[in-house]
This record gives sequence, C-alpha cells and structure tokens, in this order.
Amino acid sequence: MDFPVLRHFYSQMTEGKGGFPVLKKILKRILIAIPVLFGVVLAIFIMLRIVPGDPVQTMLGEHMDMALIEKLRAEMGLDQPMIVQFFKYIGNAMRGDFGTSYRLNRDVAQIIAEAFPHTVKLSLLAAAVAWVIGLVAGVIAAIRQNRLLDRLFMGCALLGVSMPVFMTALVLQYVFAFKLNWFPVSGFDSVNSMVLPAIVLGWNSAGSIARMTRSNLVEIMQNDFIRTARAKGLRETGVIVGHALKNAMLPVVTMMALQISSMLSGAVLTESVFGVPGIGRLAVNAIETRDMPLLQGTVIFTTILIIIGNLVADLLYNVLDPRIREGA
Amino acid sequence: MNEPIVLDIRDLKSHFFTAKGEVPAVDGVSIQVPAGKIIGIVGESGCGKSMTAMSVMGLLRYPGRVVGGTIRLDGRDITHLKPKELAKVRGNEISMIFQEPMTSLNPVYPVGKQVQEAILLHQKVSKEEAKERVLQIFRAVGIPEPEKRYRCYPHQLSGGLRQRVMIGMAMVCRPKVMIADEPTTALDVTIEAQILQLMRRLCEEQGTSIILITHNMGVVAEVCDYVYVMYAGKVMEQAETFELFGETEHPYTQGLLRSIPKMDEKAHRLYTIEGVVPNLLHLPKGCNFCTRCEEATERCWREKPCLYQTREGHGVRCFKYESEVQLDGE
Amino acid sequence: MAEFEKKGYPDGAEPELMVSHEDQIGEADTWSDKVKTLVRQNKLAVFSAVVIVLILLAAVFAPLVAPYDHLEQSLTDRLAHPSMEHWLGQDELGRDVLSRIIFGARISLTIGLVPTLISMGIGTMLGMCAGFYGGKIDFVIMRLADIMLAFPSLLLAMVVMYTMGGGLINIFIALSLINWASTARVVRSQTLSLKEKEYVEAARSIGVKKRTIMFRHILPNCLPTLIVLFTLNIPSAILSEASLSFLGIGAQPPSASWGLMVSRGKKYLFSEPWLCIAPSVAIMIVVLAFNFLGDGLRDVLDPYLKEQ
Repeated sequence: MDFPVLRHFYSQMTEGKGGFPVLKKILKRILIAIPVLFGVVLAIFIMLRIVPGDPVQTMLGEHMDMALIEKLRAEMGLDQPMIVQFFKYIGNAMRGDFGTSYRLNRDVAQIIAEAFPHTVKLSLLAAAVAWVIGLVAGVIAAIRQNRLLDRLFMGCALLGVSMPVFMTALVLQYVFAFKLNWFPVSGFDSVNSMVLPAIVLGWNSAGSIARMTRSNLVEIMQNDFIRTARAKGLRETGVIVGHALKNAMLPVVTMMALQISSMLSGAVLTESVFGVPGIGRLAVNAIETRDMPLLQGTVIFTTILIIIGNLVADLLYNVLDPRIREGA
Repeated sequence: MNEPIVLDIRDLKSHFFTAKGEVPAVDGVSIQVPAGKIIGIVGESGCGKSMTAMSVMGLLRYPGRVVGGTIRLDGRDITHLKPKELAKVRGNEISMIFQEPMTSLNPVYPVGKQVQEAILLHQKVSKEEAKERVLQIFRAVGIPEPEKRYRCYPHQLSGGLRQRVMIGMAMVCRPKVMIADEPTTALDVTIEAQILQLMRRLCEEQGTSIILITHNMGVVAEVCDYVYVMYAGKVMEQAETFELFGETEHPYTQGLLRSIPKMDEKAHRLYTIEGVVPNLLHLPKGCNFCTRCEEATERCWREKPCLYQTREGHGVRCFKYESEVQLDGE
Repeated sequence: MAEFEKKGYPDGAEPELMVSHEDQIGEADTWSDKVKTLVRQNKLAVFSAVVIVLILLAAVFAPLVAPYDHLEQSLTDRLAHPSMEHWLGQDELGRDVLSRIIFGARISLTIGLVPTLISMGIGTMLGMCAGFYGGKIDFVIMRLADIMLAFPSLLLAMVVMYTMGGGLINIFIALSLINWASTARVVRSQTLSLKEKEYVEAARSIGVKKRTIMFRHILPNCLPTLIVLFTLNIPSAILSEASLSFLGIGAQPPSASWGLMVSRGKKYLFSEPWLCIAPSVAIMIVVLAFNFLGDGLRDVLDPYLKEQ
C-alpha cells in the first residue's frame, strides 16, 4: 500500500527550506491514516459479501419469485462486480449515503444519525466516570505504592478489568434498579436512567486507566527530576501531583484512543442490557435481522470514528509534549 | 578552620536492606562543614559518597535507610525530622544539585517555572516577585538573556546552561549548605571549569557552604578547602586540601594521587591500584582497604583501624599512624 | 585530571544508589529461578495458577466431576431454587446449573487457549517478518495491523459472526483471525531491538541464513514476552466469547457456554438471579485468575512490557 501521488504531495509539503517538524509529523500521521481508513472499509465490505447465500434471498425468504429477486438485485447494484460496488459505495459514503436498510427500508445514514447521539452521551458519561475513578485510584495507588491501599485499589482495578461488562450491568440492575428501586431498569431518556449504564461502561475502563496511571507514575518516579523536586523541598504528594503526573499523563493520552475502541465494544453490551437505542444495539439488531447495509454502515461509521480518535490522540500527544512540540 | 560549623554530621550510618542482607553503604561517617567553605568528598563510585549526601538531604528511598548517627544543621538535629518539617529544610536551608543536568530537570515545564517553584515553596512572595528573583539568580549564575531562558524547556538548553539553572535553583533561597553531587562529570572540560568557578564565587559572595562530591582529584585541588577521602563506606583520610596533597598519609589516598597521569613525566604505564572494591556485603574483617593495600600487615586483616589524628585537622584511618588521639572509635 | 571511576569494576561502573538493586530483585537467570522468584514474590499469582489448574482438571474430567448431565432436562423442576441436590439451582429447562457451569468450563478454556495460540502464532510470524525484513514488507504488515487494531474487537467479531453464522466453531475462527495485530506489534519492536544485538550481527556476518537467525536467535528471546502476552490474551478471548454468546450471536443452545447461560438467564434476573449471576461469577473467576497470573509473570519475565 504505497501511494506515489500522496508521497509526492507529502514531500512537496514538508521538505525544502525551513521545514516544520511537527506539521511534518501531523501530515505523516494523516497520510498513514488514509490507507488504513481505506483498508478498513474494504475489509468490512469484503467480509460482509463473502457471506454464503444471497442477501436478497435471505431478506425475502425462500419462496420468492426468481424474477423479483433479480429485479431487486439490480436495484441494489448487487449484480455488479464487487470492485464496482465498492467504489460506488465509497463515492456514496463520501456524500453521506450509506445505502438503505433491508429491514427498516430507511436511509442507513439517517438511522445512524438517530442512534449515534445516544451512544455519544453514554460514552461521554462513562468516560467521565472512568477517568475520574481511574485517575484518582491510580494516583493514590502510586503514592501508597506497595502498601495496603495500593493493593486494594489495584485488586479492584483488576476486578474491573476482569468482570464481564454484562455481569456488572446485570448486578447493578438487580441491586439498584430492582431491589433498591433507585434507577429505572432500562431506557435512556431521563438523567436518572443514564446513571447505571454510564457506571457500568465506565467501571470497566476505570480499571485499565487506574492500572496504566499507576504503572506510568511508578516508572516516572524513578527519574532524576523527581529527586530534584524532592530536593527542592516538595512533599511527596506535591512531587507526584506537580511533577510526575504531567509526565505520566502523556502516555495516558494515547491510552485514551485505545479506550475509545474498547469503550465502543463495551457500549454494545451495555446498550443491549439497558435497552439504550444506540449504535451498539443497532449493530446487534442488524445481525439478528441479517440487515447487511445497516451492519455495514454502523461498523464502518464507528471504525472511522475510532481512527479519527486515534489520530486526534496522537496529535494531542505531539502538542502536549514540549520535547516534540518545541522541536527537540 | 575557625569558622563556625554549619553542618555537623556525626557517625552517620546508612544501610541498604536487601534480600541478600544488610549493606552498610555509609558506615560511621563524620563530616564537619564550616560556614562559607567548600568541602570535598572524594572516592570511587560505590564508596558511599552519594549515599552520604542523600542521607543528609533525607532523600534516601527504600531499600536504603539512615540507621544511626546525627546530622545537625546550625545546631538543630535534622536526622529524624518528620517529612513535613524536612521538606521545609530541603531546598531552603540545604539544597542539592546532581550529576545529570540533562535528566534532573522536569522535561515538561519551562526551567524558569521550576526555579520559581523553589522560591514559592519556601517564601511568602508573590509570583511576580518570585519571577523577578529567578531572573536575578539567572543573571547571578551567568545565564545570558534570562528573560528568554525563563520560558525555555530543559531540552532547549545546553548541558552547561542546564547545570547553571540547577545551581540557580539550589541557590535561590540562599541555603546554608549546598551539596553538589558530581556537578561537572557530565560536562565538557571547559564548561566544567566555568561551573566550578561559578560555585566558588557564589560560595564567597553568599557565604554558602558547599559539599562537593567528586571522583576527580583535579576538581578537588582546584576548589576545595578541606577534603574527605572515602572508601567502602568509611572516611579513610581527611585534611585540608593543601595538606592532603602535600602530606598524603593513607596508602589509598597515595594510590589515588599516583594514578593521576602527570604531564611532565614519561610514565610507561599508568599507575593503578590493584584489585577491586570489595563487595559491601562481604567486607573484610579488618581494614576495608586491606585487600588492595600494598602495605597491609597481618593486623590490618584482623582489626579495623580507627581514624587517628596525625596533625591538627588531619585524620587517617590506618594503623601506620596509630596515635593517642582517635577521632572516632570502633 | 584523574579518572579512576571505573577502576575495579570490570563490567563498568556501578551507580552508587543502585548498589543493591540487583541483589534485591535477585538475578533470575534460568527459568526455574524465575519460577522461584514468582513463588516467593507473588502468592496471588501462584494461587491463581492453582485455581486455573483446578478448573482445567474439572473441565477435562467434567463427566466425572459434574453431579448431573449438563443436557439432562427435567421440566417439572424448571427454575428450581438452589438446594442440597442442586447447589446452584436448575435453569428454565430444569437442567442442573452447576453441572452446566462445569461443562461450560470446557468451552471457555478451549476458546481461551486454542484461538489465542493460533492468533498469537500468526502475530509472531508477521511481527518477526516485519521487524526482520523491514521496508515494504514491514509497511504492509504494520498497516494491516493498524487496520485490525482500528476495529473495536467485539464489532469485528460480530461482523465475522454475521458472515459465518453463529456457533462455537465460527467463534473459534473469528477469534483466531482477529487478535494477531497486537502480538505482531510487540514482536516487531522486540525483533527490531534484537536485530541490533551483537550476536545477531555476528550470526549475520558469518552468513547464517535469515530464517535460521529468526528461529534460533530472535524467537527464543521473544519467548518470555510471548508467554506473558499469551497469559494476558486468554482472558480477553474468554470475555469475547462470553460477550458474543451473551448477545446471542455466539454459541447456540443447548450449548453450556457461560455467556449463553447468562443470556438465557437474563429473563429471570429479578426472580431467579442465580441463573445469570452464577455463570457470570464463573467467567469472572477464570478471567481474574489468568489476569493475576499474567501480571505476576510479567513482573518476573518481562518487567518492561507495558500495560496495553
């Protein structure tokens, strides 16, 4: 996967006198992301089309008229070679057209547009939960390294990582919605109904954020400049919060990108348990009803989001680290 | 030496607690630092000189710990201070600079901020005032264009400038004592001379005492007033610099001085002290140096020598100079 | 000016404050040394290993261990509460839940071990090739890995399951195919650093074949890392299977897959909660045990392998 045109464009942009190292880096990242994006779409496209059996036939059932099937196939463009279909799809997708759902007989883009805000809301709330719990626990564990509190927090963190999302969901649902009746069992329309899903989804990520934060901090604490900070007269908490945390946060920013991906996986399960009408439920429904365009649309849409998320995290890292930003 | 003693370290013992046993990295070290003087601590790496400094600063981390002795700063015992009180002393009354100016500054903050932090920690001044003080000290330590450097990140400065920043940070609160742990080892020789000169000047102008830790006899000769030679956790010889070079008494110190290559002699082979530094876990029963000493007698292998006074202000840990006046006892 | 710093240290100067660091950790050279260190330092990991072995034995000898047959229905005892005869009660078809969990261990452990082994094998090969040959091969393999890593793993598995249909065999294939990318990345970076090592350069300079170098010099040095990765990838594979089965697109009834059991029990969450809690706890215990063991192994074998 090598694009001479792009490479030429790239060298035109960055080489020559002066040069902007960061700009160069950003451009390079973006240029690498493009073939990945392309590959992802192609991969999904192919994977969904090597399915045994004819999608139209599955859609209409066994006993349909052959002529009708042929007509529908032509309408959907399924009679054309795959490569033609692919470029047509890309072209349409760029204009925001992801095709039409077999089952719902509606614009896939429109369905996604309706479901997406729910998933975003859920993910943002969950991320807030995860980062607050994860960072605080991670920092405290690092401060109390190898003491009781550290062991306790890290045990909990591993528990968070090890508990299947659906288990957390069911347990919380049972205790807080059924037994205590504090929150509704399902739905996602009121603030109250968002609490449990957000905690469930956040709890899972909180564990890995806490572990990451702790291990980064512990590693940073070995550095010479930590000794300088101590020699300056900072107390241990000041050393960690004032000097180690910012350094430790740099790799955690990259973590954020990975978290987007695992959070979306978790969102599928959370949405399914709590009946949140988001992207994840859409994908599950699409599989259950064998609605290929819908599944294709949701998967491609979320994956593109993740790639962009990765890119942003990567750029953020470059901006945050003065060694890279100011040109080392 | 008639100046009052600012820092008085008596019989300091710091050990590492490891799975294989207790390691006596600093084993009964006594050091007196008079006001406004530069004290040198010399020795090979692993002899405990940095450990001594870290013990004084209260910076020893697990598995190391101070197990005995007292450290007095201006008559006040700071050996067993609570972390909170110790933090008030560190960077304020006693400060430290390190070998690696490269890694000793936090890479994600501008250097000016890092120096400013030291002021704000210990003195009740406004941020603007603190910044003014930083610029002042930057000028004092010879950093050109201080306003511009204030906003620089560590990686944008050269090694020499970074070490000047470190010295500025250490001096900005006008401490009584500054410990410099191999401050010039990572620098070029020309820069080294400049930094040493700077330290000498600051010492004289501000009346700060300096403990200079080094393995370099040349540096000692250049700037130190008084020298302690350490070997395997113990002080082997101590004397005023001039006297130490003139009247070297301990076989170890003699070996050290002989292994300096001399410009005016055509030696065919550089002198070396035979053997290796003993493992601190398995120290010899007698004198720590006996395994490598050319003059070791049977007694040296059996008993540990005390620090004997041979002249005013000159102590030697060797049976050759056994005398009535013992500076410490075993 | 005299430099006598390094004298007496044939292997270079020992930094003062590190004097005893090595002593403390213990220079674990041989595998048995490392195991000893692990046993001494991390009781939790050892306990986890014991738990894993016990579960493994229970799974292998499930027909002997389980009190009942896991498929035997008893419609008169539908949804029976836990009792002396049925410790964890009976499900909606009157099947003994404990027996089903014991048989389900077979599924979870197989899913955890086999596809992980396959996907890591693929990842190791690709990563080693990418790191060793570099250039275009490297570029293509790493971009492929980027593509794989860009998918949320559960969504990707869902797409594969859509294509191939439900069922355990298909989960097997799906998980084998999709989890290689992270292994490839780690192995590639290790290969890159190993390639610079003197003994590899030496082997190259005397004309040892590339393939021989890869298998004789590079692979064995990646082994500690691979073992740690393997232990830590098992629980994520188990979780993936459970999640897919929970969503109804994995194992199909009457399979005793834990995820499927939770999914089927979901309906009765408020009346017979043990139906979904019991298999969930089983999943959690297995996953937790592997994670603890993996963490312990990482500390001993490859402390530099970062949290992923």
